[in-house]
Amino acid sequence: MSAAVIVFPGSNCDRDVAVSLEAAMGRAPYMVWHGDSELPDVDLIVVPGGFSYGDYLRSGAMAANSPVMREVVARANAGTPTLGICNGFQVLTECGLLPGVLMRNASLKFVCRDVDLRVERADTVFTRHYREGQVIRIPVAHHDGNYFTDPDTLKALEDNRQVAFRYCAPDGSLSEDSNPNGSLANIAGVLNAGGNVLGMMPHPERLAEALLGGTDGAPMFASLAEAVAA
Amino acid sequence: MSQTATRPDDLMGLSEDEYDTILDIMGRAPNFTELSIFSVMWSEHCSYKSSKFWLKTLPTEGPQVIQGPGENAGVIDIGDGLAAIFKIESHNHPSFIEPYQGAATGVGGILRDVFTMGARPVANMNALRFGSPDHPKTRHLVDGVVAGIGGYGNCIGVPTVGGEVNFDPAYNGNILVNAMTVGIANTDKIFYSAAAGTGLPVVYVGSKTGRDGIHGATMASAEFDDDSAEKRPTVQVGDPFTEKLLLEACLELMATDAIVAIQDMGAAGLTSSSVEMASKGEVGITLTLDDVPMRETGMQPFELMLSESQERMLMVLKPGREDEARAIFEKWELDFAVIGETNDSERLVLMWEGEVAADIPVPPLVAAAPEYERPWTATPPREVVSPDAVPAPMDPGAALLTLIESPDLCSRRWIWEQYDHMVMGDTVGRPGGDAALVRVHGTGKALAISTDCTPRYVEANPVEGGKQAVAEAWRNVTATGATPLAVTNNLNFGNPERPEIMGQLVGAVQGMGAACTALDSPVVSGNVSLYNETNGAAILPTPVIGCVGLLDDVTTRASAAFGDDGEAVFVVGETTGWLGCSIYQRDMAGGSAGAPPPVDLDLERRNGDFVRAGILSGRISACHDVSDGGLAVALAEMAIAGHTGAEIDHDPAIPVHAWLFGEDQARYVVTTGDPDGLEAAAKAAGVPVNRIGRVGGAALTLPGAGPISVASLREAHERWLPEYMASR
Repeated sequence: MSAAVIVFPGSNCDRDVAVSLEAAMGRAPYMVWHGDSELPDVDLIVVPGGFSYGDYLRSGAMAANSPVMREVVARANAGTPTLGICNGFQVLTECGLLPGVLMRNASLKFVCRDVDLRVERADTVFTRHYREGQVIRIPVAHHDGNYFTDPDTLKALEDNRQVAFRYCAPDGSLSEDSNPNGSLANIAGVLNAGGNVLGMMPHPERLAEALLGGTDGAPMFASLAEAVAA
Repeated sequence: MSQTATRPDDLMGLSEDEYDTILDIMGRAPNFTELSIFSVMWSEHCSYKSSKFWLKTLPTEGPQVIQGPGENAGVIDIGDGLAAIFKIESHNHPSFIEPYQGAATGVGGILRDVFTMGARPVANMNALRFGSPDHPKTRHLVDGVVAGIGGYGNCIGVPTVGGEVNFDPAYNGNILVNAMTVGIANTDKIFYSAAAGTGLPVVYVGSKTGRDGIHGATMASAEFDDDSAEKRPTVQVGDPFTEKLLLEACLELMATDAIVAIQDMGAAGLTSSSVEMASKGEVGITLTLDDVPMRETGMQPFELMLSESQERMLMVLKPGREDEARAIFEKWELDFAVIGETNDSERLVLMWEGEVAADIPVPPLVAAAPEYERPWTATPPREVVSPDAVPAPMDPGAALLTLIESPDLCSRRWIWEQYDHMVMGDTVGRPGGDAALVRVHGTGKALAISTDCTPRYVEANPVEGGKQAVAEAWRNVTATGATPLAVTNNLNFGNPERPEIMGQLVGAVQGMGAACTALDSPVVSGNVSLYNETNGAAILPTPVIGCVGLLDDVTTRASAAFGDDGEAVFVVGETTGWLGCSIYQRDMAGGSAGAPPPVDLDLERRNGDFVRAGILSGRISACHDVSDGGLAVALAEMAIAGHTGAEIDHDPAIPVHAWLFGEDQARYVVTTGDPDGLEAAAKAAGVPVNRIGRVGGAALTLPGAGPISVASLREAHERWLPEYMASR
């Protein structure tokens, strides 16, 4: 079992997620440069956080057109588990693997803080070590995390149960107060229809170690390690 | 070569005497380009001409010091073959004129100073001073500076882990933006700026050169007047994305052995970087300016030499390694140009369109830079204020709530939530505590970092205030359990040509020097920002200290949060109720007056060493230094951080308000599950401790006040800044 982390100019959470992957999988992931058109034969692809291409034009827009992304899209469409975190989520929406867009935060400010998330799906390769309805606490750190889509797409997402995480209060209830960026329906993470592509704004890799203040991100990497080993 | 036979009307900020010295050095009149180069090199900003005499008195050595002041940043040994590289630097003048870009490029500049030396930056800190909240520009400046710091640090992916902020009308016309970066390098992979060797290629990498920031260093060496907004074109524009690429490309090249010397292009751009490299390497450099990558057409030699375009580096490579280096920079899509060569002439020669555009001997350009022992007058001593002379509040509890809601003491959450403080995955102690704690990646060690200064103390007594800035930073690092190793300083003052301002600088440097010596924390890097005045009104003297300490085992540390119910609460250090220059006196009793609390460096050392030993032995569970607002504010902050209250039933022998709000130095509040052991250890160490109460409950109960719920403390603490920033 092996994983690849895609590195764009301006990626800055590539090392962080590699640390979490190695801790869970016992093996360092391949770090794949954006200019490469070939991707190693891997069981998991991760598009990390950061500011690919400085967020110029639009967050994720330029990275989505990198040479390596053609191969990422092909593999994801063929069923390879693909995780996009923060800027990675923006890239996955820009390249069409996930529906919707990430707009500027409603506050118009960058926000970095721990948030509570309600796990909406515990039956995916990413979340099988969580319980459905469980409230987990991991941080967000973004300027453009305000998830939006048109009403038909939103209905389809809800009908197909493609929302993986929602911003919530510590008791799991949903409110505007618990929404850090104005996302539609408090959406923090979405799956593709096949359930093998997940994009999420919060950073599970940042709280996967007790020393750093929490471990609620660790089950995601444990889930992935188990899923790709199977 | 063009000649200016007569003395030019515009000496570009140089004095008549300085111009005469230039005539002697050159043996002729300098041309425009040459005069421009002298002007920036001899500006206050680049030459430290007013402060150098006094800076030389600071202690800069110690067994932990690998590189003291004089390089791009200071370097200290943190064991296991690793070094911490750090420096603080001001970007005050540009941030007032254009807050977003001014602050952003301040962060970009200090990051470059650190990675130029081979370090990967791991933490950013800052120290900010703004004018009165009532001043019409303050909100806009806070908003822009915070967004600029975040915009740069967040994008490049280095966590901004802490800092300090004050508001005072003295900064209405001159805000202070001091940015600090800490990096980690291998001790055998540290890069310096001396271009030793001749016939070596001089290489330009990074962004192209434009016309931005020309004469920025000169602007930073003059007072503001009513027309200062017209200086906006001298403010540089930052591109953190390019800097991220530059960082990765430089570190990739540094992993090879192709680099002889490297220097970032900061203030005075290509001028100061090339002069610095030539001077330190005792060589000459000839640059072909036509080969400098340019962003716009029609640029002149003086513009190329003075531009402060950001995200650029100058390197001297080993011969024959150009292609290898070029491949790395091209991979990162950055400009790479061989623009010159070293030689044995010890002259800086600039070629432009086939002709010599400037030809300056380097040693006198550097060595003859003016150094002034400016006249100074000591700040007159102020009288000591007795606690009884400061009126007591009607209700100490209400006074505490007012103080923790006030601009200087309220929560800074609104600010640090706009900074990515967790990227890189090593932030163990987040913003809001005494010192930030950042694990050294891949090890069990951590660096503790704090920035501090109490300007109202420095104003009242520069010597004690200078000591106090060092002591408080040292105390904040100590309060985590870390051992302070060294400091960097940022001396922000008004116009040094005024003897009373110069007296503030002299006193503060004397105090700092004494404290750094007593606390074994030498100064390894720093920056001076003078002329922080507008229409003759100076800022409060603000000598900021950034302290870096080492925690050998990151799992053994203390935070300021109250822990387990029933634990005993102690004050370490003597409480005399010193209200002179306290926040309480300033905000609730008629204004800051009298002498500030004296700093007894022996006590600082003894009390701090005692606290650190208590944390490392596991006896002390929570620890917070006592500073602005005194014991009451320290206890409130511990309650808020720990989500738990405390019953403080101590019956002080001094007036209650002086006990609660006095700002005696060398004090900490600590908690322990082993009060007898703590008292015995304190007695053995000769450290005064007072048991004042116990942790527990949902309220903080203080002498002379009813219980205040932790929830209401938090609400008060968190209220002001977001409400202020949201109001119009």
